[in-house]
This record gives sequence, C-alpha cells and structure tokens, in this order.
Amino acid sequence: MFKVTIDGIPVEVEPGTTILNAARQIGGDIVPPAMCYYSKLEGSGGKCRTCLVKVSKGSEKDPRPMPKLVASCRTTVMDGMEVQNITSPEVIEARKGVVEMLLINHPLDCPVCDQAGECHLQDLGFEHGSAKTRYEFDRRKFERIDIGDKIQLHMTRCILCYRCVFTADQITDKRVHGILNRGDHAEISTYIQQAVDNDFSGNVIDVCPVGALTDKTFRFKNRVWFTKPVEAHRDCDHEKCNGKVTLWYKGEDVIRVTARKDVYGEVEEFICNTCRFDKKKTADWVIEGPRKVSHKSVISSNHYDTLKPLPVVKTNPLLQEANKDQFERETRL
Amino acid sequence: MEPLSNKRKVLDFKPLTLLERSYLPEIAKGLSITMKHFFKKPVTISYPEQKREFSENFRGQHSLKRDEEGKERCTACGLCALSCPAEAITMTAAERQPGEENLYREEKYAAVYEINMLRCIFCGLCEEACPKEAIYLDGDIVPTDFLRKDFIYGKDKLVEPPLNQ
Repeated sequence: MFKVTIDGIPVEVEPGTTILNAARQIGGDIVPPAMCYYSKLEGSGGKCRTCLVKVSKGSEKDPRPMPKLVASCRTTVMDGMEVQNITSPEVIEARKGVVEMLLINHPLDCPVCDQAGECHLQDLGFEHGSAKTRYEFDRRKFERIDIGDKIQLHMTRCILCYRCVFTADQITDKRVHGILNRGDHAEISTYIQQAVDNDFSGNVIDVCPVGALTDKTFRFKNRVWFTKPVEAHRDCDHEKCNGKVTLWYKGEDVIRVTARKDVYGEVEEFICNTCRFDKKKTADWVIEGPRKVSHKSVISSNHYDTLKPLPVVKTNPLLQEANKDQFERETRL
Repeated sequence: MEPLSNKRKVLDFKPLTLLERSYLPEIAKGLSITMKHFFKKPVTISYPEQKREFSENFRGQHSLKRDEEGKERCTACGLCALSCPAEAITMTAAERQPGEENLYREEKYAAVYEINMLRCIFCGLCEEACPKEAIYLDGDIVPTDFLRKDFIYGKDKLVEPPLNQ
C-alpha cells in the first residue's frame, strides 16, 4: 500500500491508483473536477486538463517536486507522494485557464440547452471560470445532427472529451461513431450520419458532460429543475441491463429516463435503450422512492422528500368548494 | 401600589360653565377648521382619471419584450419561474419550426407563458434572473377583476405588441 498525502490529508491506496482516484477515496472538496475522465470507461481521461494538480513531492525515494502540473486522472501515485489541489494557487489559476479554453468554442446557449442544471461544464464554469472571455474570433458552428431517431448531437456544444467514443468502443460490439478531422476541426460524427442502432447507444447521452448529446424524446420538454427525480427499477429482458434507473417526473408523467448517477455524475450501471426510450409509463416501473438530490444542486429547489406534496386542497371539501373555478379550468395553472 | 412611572395623571371633573354647556364656541372652532380645508390644496387625487407619476424603480405589470427585429426574446429557459419566490410563473416550451425565424429569436420559445397575478408579489426577481432581457415589470398597476381565473395572464396580455403596429 502506498501512502499519499493530498492537500495535507493522508490516505493509503493500492499501487497503480491514479491521484484522482486516491482523492476520490478521501472525498469532499479536495477531489479534482474531471470533464473527460470516467471511471466506468477504460482509457478515458487525459484530454480536458481540468483535473490538473501540483505534485510537491514526487515520492519517498525521490522527493523532488514534478516540474509541471500533472493531470491527476492519468498520473499514478508513488509511495510518499504529496499532492496539492485546492491548497495551491497555481492549480486554481491553471484550472481557470482550462475553463476559459474549454469555453472558447462553447456557444453558452444554456437557456436553450436541455443539459442546463445538470451540466458539468456549467458547474465548472461557475466554480472556476471568469465571467469574460478574451477570445475574439467566431465560434465553431455546426448544424444539428440526428444520430438515430432518439439521440441528437449538437457539435457546437461539444468539448471533445471522447467519453462517448469510449462508450461506443466499450459497451457496443462494433464501433459506429468516432472523431473526424484533427485539432480545431475535430468533431464527433457517425460516418455520413449513419444511425447508431445498438441496444446501449443511449448511454452516450448520460456520459456526455455537456449538452452535446441529448435525448430527443426529452428535447425542450421541460427544464431539469422542474422535474422530480425518482428511483425505480424493472425486470429488463436484456441480459446486460438490470433496469435500475432514475425516472424524471413532471406531475404524473415520466418525461425522461436516465441511468442512476453517483456523486461524480458518473452512471452506476449502463441501461438499455428499451428502458431509456420506450418505458415511459409509471406502470412499467417499480418505484423505490425519491432520489436524494444535493442541496447545492438547482434540481433540489422546490422538491419534497415525500413522493407527493401534501394534498391539502384535495382532502378538504371547504377548500375544494372555494377552488371550484380552478379545478374546472382546462389548461394547467 | 407604587406607580411604575410618574406619568399617571389624576383627572378632576369640574362642572361645566354655562358657556361650555351651550357648546357654541366649540362648534364654531370645529367648523372653522373644516372651512379652512375648503381652500387648501387636496392631498388626494381622483384615480383612475388622474394618475400620479411613478417612481423610476416602480414595478408594475410584466411585459415580455421583443428584440429590434420584433422577435420574441423569451426562450423559455425557466429561470424566472425558478427565481420566483411566489411560484407565480409557469411556461411550456416549444421548438421553433422552419419559417418562424421572424417570430422567435432562439430555436426554443415559450408556447405558453402564464403569470398568476394573484400570486405575484412584484419583487422583480424574474427580471433580474432573465438571461435574455425578455421580461420587465415596466407596465401599469395590474387592474382588478372579479374572477380568480382572469388573473392568470397569458402571452396575449404579456407580450409586447408587434413593432409595425
């Protein structure tokens, strides 16, 4: 076991663990943010540089600090390593630069984007970004692309984290989409907009940290923070899918189904397309209870811990009589 | 009992004199005050024919703005409804169809936008939250009505009239 110190907090981890995962074992504020690294996807990480940390002591044998900031998702720990994340002003400054870089081509159309409210780039920008950009040129522009009839790709919002490519590589049998062109011209694409028709293709929506890949069945249906997340499961016929999902309710209707995500926004288990796109009735699911939402998240606003808020009016005949006009109304208030 | 303060007064009722019993001087005094007010400038105005000037930061009825080309600015992002402490605002978004580019500024717009004026407390938080400068509380005082349902203002009452009219 290697002993590592991250921001002054010691932790013992297996050899071969990355700094990021060591920090996640400690948890809390000292965990570096990650846009491209995804613990469920092999080979992910090392692209976005948001998880940069400073190694102030290389190891017990060689205590020299590392000359530059390192990407914590790709750097494995050494015995006696000392890492600085939020305690180092250099790291904070570098991360601010990375956010500015990621936002260079991002359209900032959050009022329109369906990902707003659960977007990692929004969180990152809110926490580390500056309000102004120094970039003076036109942003990249792309037309919307339909990948199949259920998934939509907005290439303008993409930050090229490659998560969806790794998902396609890993959980589908044959690779159907990837990155075309190089450098500034790089873009996610299915060759000649070929439909992705795999049972697990919908998971690229969940792994996307921004709103580049979105659910077409949820497009503009509602804002995330007006919906109520509820944990549910069903017996799925697909052998690789165990049917544990989060249902997003608006009133009585399920308007979206996603996989369950952990504290780092990573899905716990990938779900199949049948569960995601076709089962949108309460009768299809066994409800477990409301999903716990962090009070820091905008999704937690106006949410109750019980499944239904107290039906004061519905049980009281006096109040019912007084609200007769309201009940007779055709459209919703 | 010892008094808590020395403000206590002992009243003594003397019998009224003849002049006081006739009440005439007191009536004259009171009427003179009344008459004096006939010649003073009144402090009230006769609203609604006459209206006072509003202060610069007065917040009245909401209006949904259009941009320079007459397109609706609102993109139904829901931030006004989120910030609303009275939960007075609801909306339904819709996607702009090809050919409607001159009506709506962004690819998403509010198909239904309703404000319950009975719930609204005119705090102006929606105005502050709006990222598109689409909603302003720059209207008049919200008029009265008889039915609760008539206080739910839809887009017909809220959106600014088109530019060419």
